[in-house]
Amino acid sequence: MTRMDGAQALIKSLEAEGVEVVFGYPGGAILPVYDPIIESSVRHVLVRHEQGAGHMAEGYAHATGRPGVCMVTSGPAATNVVTPLADAMLDSVPMVCITGQVALAAIGTDAFQECDTTGITRSVTKHNFLVTRAEDIPGTIKAAFYIATSGRPGPVLVDIPKDIVDKNNPDAWFDFDYETAHIDLPGYSPSVEPDLTLVDEAAQLISQASQPVLYVGGGVLKARGAEALMQLVELTGIPVVTTLMARGAFPDEHELCLGMPGMHGNYTAVNAMQKSDLLIALGSRFDDRITGKLGGFAPDAKVIHVDIDPAEHDKVRKADVAIASDCRLATEALVTSLKAAGYPDDRPDLQAWRSKLSGWQETFPLTYEQSTDGELLKPQYVIERLRDLAPKDTIVTSGVGQHQMFASQYWEFNHPYTWINSGGLGTMGFSIPAAVGAKAGMPDRTVWSIDGDGCFQMTAQELVTAAMEKIPIKVALLNNAYLGMVKQWQDMFYEERLSEVHLSHDMPDYVKWAEAMGCVAFRVESPEEVDAVIAKANEINDRPVVIEFRCVNSEKVFPMVPAGGSNDDLIVDPSQRDAQARIQESSAS
Amino acid sequence: MTRPGDLSHHTLSVLVENKAGVLARVADLFARRGYNIVSLAVAPTNDERFSRITIVVDVESAPLEQIVKQLFKLINVVEIQELSPEASVERELMIATVRSARDRSQILELVGIFEARILAVSAERLTVSLEGRPDKIDDFEILLRDYGIDDVQRTGRIALPKIGKPPVIISS
Repeated sequence: MTRMDGAQALIKSLEAEGVEVVFGYPGGAILPVYDPIIESSVRHVLVRHEQGAGHMAEGYAHATGRPGVCMVTSGPAATNVVTPLADAMLDSVPMVCITGQVALAAIGTDAFQECDTTGITRSVTKHNFLVTRAEDIPGTIKAAFYIATSGRPGPVLVDIPKDIVDKNNPDAWFDFDYETAHIDLPGYSPSVEPDLTLVDEAAQLISQASQPVLYVGGGVLKARGAEALMQLVELTGIPVVTTLMARGAFPDEHELCLGMPGMHGNYTAVNAMQKSDLLIALGSRFDDRITGKLGGFAPDAKVIHVDIDPAEHDKVRKADVAIASDCRLATEALVTSLKAAGYPDDRPDLQAWRSKLSGWQETFPLTYEQSTDGELLKPQYVIERLRDLAPKDTIVTSGVGQHQMFASQYWEFNHPYTWINSGGLGTMGFSIPAAVGAKAGMPDRTVWSIDGDGCFQMTAQELVTAAMEKIPIKVALLNNAYLGMVKQWQDMFYEERLSEVHLSHDMPDYVKWAEAMGCVAFRVESPEEVDAVIAKANEINDRPVVIEFRCVNSEKVFPMVPAGGSNDDLIVDPSQRDAQARIQESSAS
Repeated sequence: MTRPGDLSHHTLSVLVENKAGVLARVADLFARRGYNIVSLAVAPTNDERFSRITIVVDVESAPLEQIVKQLFKLINVVEIQELSPEASVERELMIATVRSARDRSQILELVGIFEARILAVSAERLTVSLEGRPDKIDDFEILLRDYGIDDVQRTGRIALPKIGKPPVIISS
């Protein structure tokens, strides 16, 4: 037990939680907390915008599995982290955000840099706290980490008034002892263990299905359940789709991996779900980008739904068996139950189903046409080359838009925790700060940020952070001079009437800009240059690198389920439409 | 109007931690997810750590199961019981100011029948109060309308499980 003030106690609490890095930005109300950071073992990464701090904490959490921590001051700084909090909420990212607040006596007076932080962030956090006594700081920090990391993970915000961390305030001093700091959460006891009766019922459904699909979502990654999933697949021979949040949870190179389903999912993954007689949803939530028009989604499928958050059960799609449990534990229990039922010797023969799927895979691979002479780059080609030249366990982050979908489609994800993106909220500008956070947590891994020109301009300033803090990320900027996804929609659904989607290939000059921010920068405009420049970038490990790939603006992400349409209305690449029509005719007749 | 027989209305008794902002969290959740609150009453319990919120919800807006599960995700929510009319005792309080210049005796007769009380009197107005089951209050209010109600305030329903009937705890 040591006597200390609230600021010291806050930093000591973070140390006691094992926090190695805090992404933050100081300011008036949080000033007292920045003083003990000087002596702390906790690394502080000074960002250039508070939104960057939040996304870095998310990237760190995605890559390491440990909670990300960010710390900012009151008022505008707190409102600047609202976007990352909402992002972490929708993607279930464990994160603790500490915000400064005006002194207790000033709360509610419209003081300088005051805002109702806990009010504003209530709906975008799993929980938030306003601490009113210095001696409550250790217990609150302990509770914040517990809530953020247990059950369905999520962001927790702790708002700290300036006076309770002020060393000149006698009331801010108390006897600190983290060990004995008490967590008092009578209303919080997340369900973890699966109900084995339900597991047996699920196993029963599995043993009766002839066209089953494992519909794997981000919950499997949150539960560290990739190994258990592999066991389940090997035992049952059931094919797997991995959602945008679950890419890498099951290796793309595995013969039973069908890849990504949903709005821009591949033909086989989308149709496997549509034609399935049993969807085994593991840590996935039947998001509208997966289901398309709900009435037309997987009409003949029974549903087993494993999710640690019982509120996800029956929210969108009624489950035949709903298991409220950690995905890893439920998957392991399923393996045990199926073995007891005679698997793998007595497992049903899924050969007909698998033949159908591999037929689709053969007819409908992802496809694009390489650039013709003099034409700028195809984004798909750039991603293929980045993929093939990257070290095996490279971590990829992305922003939001066409480049995100191309990255998810064309990268081959064979390891969990190698794909980090903003799936639920769809936050443009996520890629660069998330990459910085991932690299800070995994310094020995190569981290490629795949970004678009729209996204890049939203958070590029964090490349200064990366350069100053020596966090050498690599950025592949796919510059097509357009807000590509919005353009795609205007092309397809607004008769090519382009409205406010043109940026510019040349302004800003991305190479100069990147160099000004302390990066090594390259520009690539033709396919033959691509490999050499990527190889060069892969060799630079002391500074961030930016490669501007000049891309055509004509590419569309296919396949595509139009918004509001049924998954049966999947629009495939123009070169595959005849084959699609033949299949539709033969199944109709 | 709330009627116990109304199948779309359910009464939830929500035990919450007695902390600043808890009511706002509950109200925010209903607003954010588009759930309708028919009435809401909140007060401390005999245990100072907890308060009890009695919420009558309209399940036309969302399935009861979803409302309960989302409510229970709030960290400060400790326990949720569903209180069906058959297994609970329910009370509500109404105060109403009625125009009584012409038909004062008839109104007084109703006050007598319903065992309501007179809280204030003027030459042209009566303020009456009635405590009772929500359906009884509904009936009284409907009858008073014929005379002209100037102002009416109801407390919202409060309820506890009947003695000897174990409460239906749907989340804890």
